[in-house]
Amino acid sequence: MTRLAANQRHAVHLTLNGKPCSGEAEPRMLLTDFLRHEIGATGTHVGCEHGVCGACTIEIVGNLARACLTLAVQADGCDVRTIEGLAPAPDRLGALQAAFKRNHALQCGFCTAGILMSLDHFLRENPRPSEQEVRDLLTGHLCRCTGYAPIVRAAMEAAAEMADRPAKEKSDA
Amino acid sequence: MKPAAFDYVRAEHLDEVLDTLNREGGDARVIAGGQSLMPMLNMRLARPTTLIDIMRLPQLAHIERNGDNVIIGAAVRQSTLLAWPELAETLPLVARALPWTGHVQTRSRGTVCGSVAHADPSAELPLVLCALGGEVHLRSRRKRRRVPANDFFTGMMVTTRADDELIEAISLPTNRNACAFREVARRHGDFAIVACAAVATKGGVCLAIGGVGDTPVTREFPRLASGALDDALNTFAYELDARDDVHASARYRRDLVRLLGAELIREVLS
Amino acid sequence: MAEASSAKARPGSGSPWVGQSIARVEDAALLSGRGRFIDDIGVGPGTLHAAFLRSPHAHADIISIDVSQAMRSRGVVAVLHGEDIRAMTSSLVVGVKAPVECWPMAVGRVRYVGEPVAIVVASDRYRAEDAVDLIDVRYAVRPAVVDLRAALTAEAPVLHDGFGGNVASDRSFRYGDPDGAFASAPHRISIDVSYPRNSCTPIETYGVVADYNAGEDAYDVLANFQGPFSIHAVLSRALKVPGNRLRLRTPPDSGGSFGVKQGVFPYIVLIAAAARATGRPVKWIEDRLEHLTASVSATNRAVSLAAAVAEDGRILALDWDQIEDCGAHLRAPEPATLYRMHGNLTGAYDIRHLKVRNRVVVTNKTPTGLNRGFGGPQVYFALERLVQRIGVELNIDPLDVITRNLVPADAFPYKTASGALLDSGNYQEAVRRGAREGALAELKARRDAVRAEGRLYGIGYAAVVEPSVSNMGYITTVLTPAERRKAGPKNGAQATATIAIDPVGSVSVHVASVPQGQGHRTVLSQVVADVFGLKPSDIRVNTEIDTVKDAWSIASGNYASRFAPAVAGTAKLAADRIAARLRRVAASQLNTEVDDIVFVNGHVGSRRNPDNKISFSRIAALSHWSPAVLPDGIAHTIRETVFWTPPELTAPDEGDHINSSLCHGFIFDLCGVEIDRTTLQTRVDRYVTMHDCGTILHPAMVDGQVRGGFAQALGAALYEEYAYAEDGSFLTGTLADYLLPTTAEVPSPIILHMETPSPFTPLGSKGVGEGNCMSTPVCIANAVADAVGAKDIVLPLVPAKLAAIVRGAEPAPPARQNSPMQEKRDGDRKLRGEGEAVVSAGAQQVWDMLLDPNTLAGVIPGCHRVERISDTHFRADVTLGIGPVKGRYRAEVKLSDLDPAKAVTLAGSADGALGFGRGEGRITLRPAPNGGTVIHYIYEAGIGGKVASIGGRLLDGAAKVIIGQFFAALARTAGGGSFASERLSWIARLRQWFGGQR
Repeated sequence: MTRLAANQRHAVHLTLNGKPCSGEAEPRMLLTDFLRHEIGATGTHVGCEHGVCGACTIEIVGNLARACLTLAVQADGCDVRTIEGLAPAPDRLGALQAAFKRNHALQCGFCTAGILMSLDHFLRENPRPSEQEVRDLLTGHLCRCTGYAPIVRAAMEAAAEMADRPAKEKSDA
Repeated sequence: MKPAAFDYVRAEHLDEVLDTLNREGGDARVIAGGQSLMPMLNMRLARPTTLIDIMRLPQLAHIERNGDNVIIGAAVRQSTLLAWPELAETLPLVARALPWTGHVQTRSRGTVCGSVAHADPSAELPLVLCALGGEVHLRSRRKRRRVPANDFFTGMMVTTRADDELIEAISLPTNRNACAFREVARRHGDFAIVACAAVATKGGVCLAIGGVGDTPVTREFPRLASGALDDALNTFAYELDARDDVHASARYRRDLVRLLGAELIREVLS
Repeated sequence: MAEASSAKARPGSGSPWVGQSIARVEDAALLSGRGRFIDDIGVGPGTLHAAFLRSPHAHADIISIDVSQAMRSRGVVAVLHGEDIRAMTSSLVVGVKAPVECWPMAVGRVRYVGEPVAIVVASDRYRAEDAVDLIDVRYAVRPAVVDLRAALTAEAPVLHDGFGGNVASDRSFRYGDPDGAFASAPHRISIDVSYPRNSCTPIETYGVVADYNAGEDAYDVLANFQGPFSIHAVLSRALKVPGNRLRLRTPPDSGGSFGVKQGVFPYIVLIAAAARATGRPVKWIEDRLEHLTASVSATNRAVSLAAAVAEDGRILALDWDQIEDCGAHLRAPEPATLYRMHGNLTGAYDIRHLKVRNRVVVTNKTPTGLNRGFGGPQVYFALERLVQRIGVELNIDPLDVITRNLVPADAFPYKTASGALLDSGNYQEAVRRGAREGALAELKARRDAVRAEGRLYGIGYAAVVEPSVSNMGYITTVLTPAERRKAGPKNGAQATATIAIDPVGSVSVHVASVPQGQGHRTVLSQVVADVFGLKPSDIRVNTEIDTVKDAWSIASGNYASRFAPAVAGTAKLAADRIAARLRRVAASQLNTEVDDIVFVNGHVGSRRNPDNKISFSRIAALSHWSPAVLPDGIAHTIRETVFWTPPELTAPDEGDHINSSLCHGFIFDLCGVEIDRTTLQTRVDRYVTMHDCGTILHPAMVDGQVRGGFAQALGAALYEEYAYAEDGSFLTGTLADYLLPTTAEVPSPIILHMETPSPFTPLGSKGVGEGNCMSTPVCIANAVADAVGAKDIVLPLVPAKLAAIVRGAEPAPPARQNSPMQEKRDGDRKLRGEGEAVVSAGAQQVWDMLLDPNTLAGVIPGCHRVERISDTHFRADVTLGIGPVKGRYRAEVKLSDLDPAKAVTLAGSADGALGFGRGEGRITLRPAPNGGTVIHYIYEAGIGGKVASIGGRLLDGAAKVIIGQFFAALARTAGGGSFASERLSWIARLRQWFGGQR
């Protein structure tokens, strides 16, 4: 049993986007605050801190999670994926990100990180989703700028592209 | 909007959970998926002095078939149950109701037992637990006991769980009878204004209503002619002690009990 | 990279970038987690963090504030309350002439739930919040007034002594001969409507980082504010420094605003004061609960609107009576919401006679401020509902009423009765095309078919003029002409833009438009690239504000849809000026005439001889490297700042005519909605929105604005309301209560365009960001009115509101059942209950228990100790809660109306960090038939504060449990059964708990 005392900082180690990283947290520190202000990974945003807006959505051990409803100490030892790990290279966007850009699926970009994380996870598990399934997934996110239609369009486009790509690669070979 | 301070216990054995609960009682709180508890911590509505994390206890993370029962451990996430291959066949009502619980992003963390422990009168899982006549498995250092769902929920977020008890699991009797589920919320994924589950029984239909009273309420309806059924549902609707809030009026809630009730009973009996 | 991925390839080198939907320069960083929002930017070493204690009461005097325990809390550096702030700052400017103060933190009295009462500055936010919980404030609660009509009555509690009652302003206006028109018109058709409170609630909340330099008495503030705007002057005045000692900067990215972030300014004063008090930088990031409860909201408004109408539906005159609710303080720039549309009170219609009464009231609610649509939703909800009613009452198709009244196409520029100059348009054509391309005929057939199946289906229309580029003088219309003469004229809308060329000839643009997600940087790169014959990726645009270094004016900022018409146009003017000089430089270098010089594909060259050219960067850099070779009269080509204000924006005249905005786009919307017979939910089946916003600079961004505005407007129509209880408790303090539409709720509108350029703006463009917030709520309301055949449509269309309209009276309760009246929360949010129990103790024994502190200590739920203040007054320290929700409270119990051994009134209150409760119960004792005593009680109770705003859904049940605990314990102590009542299911459960008997 591990008991971490209140009001003291404790070491937290996790794997962030494939790389080990560590910091310190009091037991009550939210994972959002830990990622953003301890680690400096500020791409995960905070919109409500009660699990509704979806801006802080990340992946923990392969599961989607609201980082604001997770304690940093709960993520100790876990694999965590965030928006910073989505692009294949710093100067290149992934298929989903590129589809967002093409379709003007973001305006202020504040909610976007969470939406991308949800879609990235979802499209890996559901390579050929229906629009209804994508819309259902996205009900877990609030966007105030776009009216959602371009986001859904971008997601569908990215899904088609990502599903086609391995097939094409196979036929090319 | 940050939680007040607490000690954090990462349990590696069940005994550690039970010992801590035994020692600290109501000041300690079990955290599993955290989807109900964490917002209350962030808003400082809840201020436990100790949080006991049970998610690293593998023995709590199982879904088991035990004869005619499905036993769902305390660390089973809602998404895990939803993806369980035997769900639709053994518990069709749960398969219908569970997608209404929160969103993909919360079901992937939230646990089945956590929702039961939270005892929100609008929540789907307590409702189906009552509708199916399931049981809550409680365990303390002293003893283990099982409480029928309809006795477990005693009020708004109040249950018969004692401060030193852990909800170790819930069990649901497999039930392949005709069933139906409908829910009306302001938006997709919101707390139910009225949630309605119906399961065929020997004599008729068991109807369970969530979101209206302080707990889920079940009522057995025999096969009735439509006029008599309407009267019975009207009586039921008024008995539920519906209230007004910003999302719905008491009258609207009663309307939904009458309308959805009739619709579901017809659906299940047809 | 930007244009390489553009969906639409550039057709040829001659065609402009403006008008193309190029990919946004902003996106790559935002899509990969590298945005730089205020909370993403690091702060200086030693920065402290702030948290606020906020009022749980809507209206109360502050009796005392004890911060001693909070000061001792770990990590706390300072705790400041209203008197401290008052000592360091001046009152904020109030929008009307009245002896009223407006402090950003409560001084002596709180006037709305959520009003800041104290600020804690600590080493981190967690510790700051710990200390907030330890501040002990005692309040004397005053009655609150929430309803704006109630605020006008003589018996209403008064918020500010300096206003006459609660009316901050009452002005009447008359244009043309409205009385004559009403007297001679065959019909007078009127409507009374209320527009609810709501907000466009950006997903990023407010943020401020402030530092104070004591040596120079100067403040440095970083905030996600949306300007300097006229508010910079308000801020420097409040902080008691000249403007040049208040450096205001904005972060590179802002997570949406929609006007709302204007409301951060009172917090700038508070955080700046905290930095001064502590001598350290202080940072505050607002949390969502704070934002919903106390940031800012749009005004709610009650309107009585009447029209004098001819037989054919022509509107001859309008009579407006508007009551505007600005909340607890009239904060600058309010009451601007009411006057923003003053020139547009006749909408898109040719109506020459107009009568207006405008009243501004204060109520115990959060102060109002900028919000997308700003006055438009309120005005058009009344006007377009009235147009629909004219159709219904005169049996004319509502669309015909619209078309018969539209401003004629040949009348532009058209001066409205109250003074707006409608710049351009062809409204008839827009309506025709909207109806045709939106397939109205098909929609009507669908309505008929669906109705034939017994379903509820309706069609709605709205035709609105969308103003943009506000006249800084419109707000002075609230003053009388005499007051205006005294104050001096206010007018104009200064826009600024700077173009700079560096030593390698690359071009930078800087504007003070403070984008909050709209993509200004991309559009400016298009506009300037076109002038210089460059690619947008060659242009670097910076939109961060720094008031000590930048060109700005009181009009600078992100509001009133001024970017495309004003700011982008000003950037073009600045680029044109540099280009004109570069042309002369190039002509001298290329030995040709100035008129022969063109900018093409990165070169400056001769039109006649395309081979005679030189690279743009070379010509552009000359001014740095060899100024001596510049032709005579050209001092430099390095930097050009243009200030542009349109001459059309003049101050209000003696007759109160005001050209309140420069540009006027036109929108025609139509929609079909279906209302589900079971759930009564309104589903938008089809939505068509036709826009004429002048020249379109970036089609995808225009559509983005339309879609975004539409989604927010759909929220306003169906889901969103900042709801208050009658006692002023705020009821929608979480995003589970204040409901923003999600993908499941927002359909994709059909967007149509036509382009009638504005003659008043450099690029011909008009604003487009706010239109659907004005047109969509009323369009949906009109469709619902059509579907259910009702006159009174109240937004948001919570399904329950339609129950009586669609279904009539509710089925009666079964005869044997008691009416459910006694146990329910009424409109006043009071909980009422009644119960009875038989106990074995005699009446005198029960009586003695009630008066004994020791018994009370055992009976009051969660009681730690009882202190006897007098024979009938007790004070207790209690822990109350249900489930995991627990809080510690200070409770007071008073006994009155004592009728020994027979009856007593018990009044109790509890105050704690989670909120407060007040209750009163009458307990009567009578002998039971078989011995013992019957204890009967009846109570009413109210709960407010934080717990009401975030747990409203669960609150009543929770309160009943706790009240029940009290009486159950009382009964138990009196040696009897627990309380019971047939109707009260919770009593039955209490019975189970305590195993009692009836």
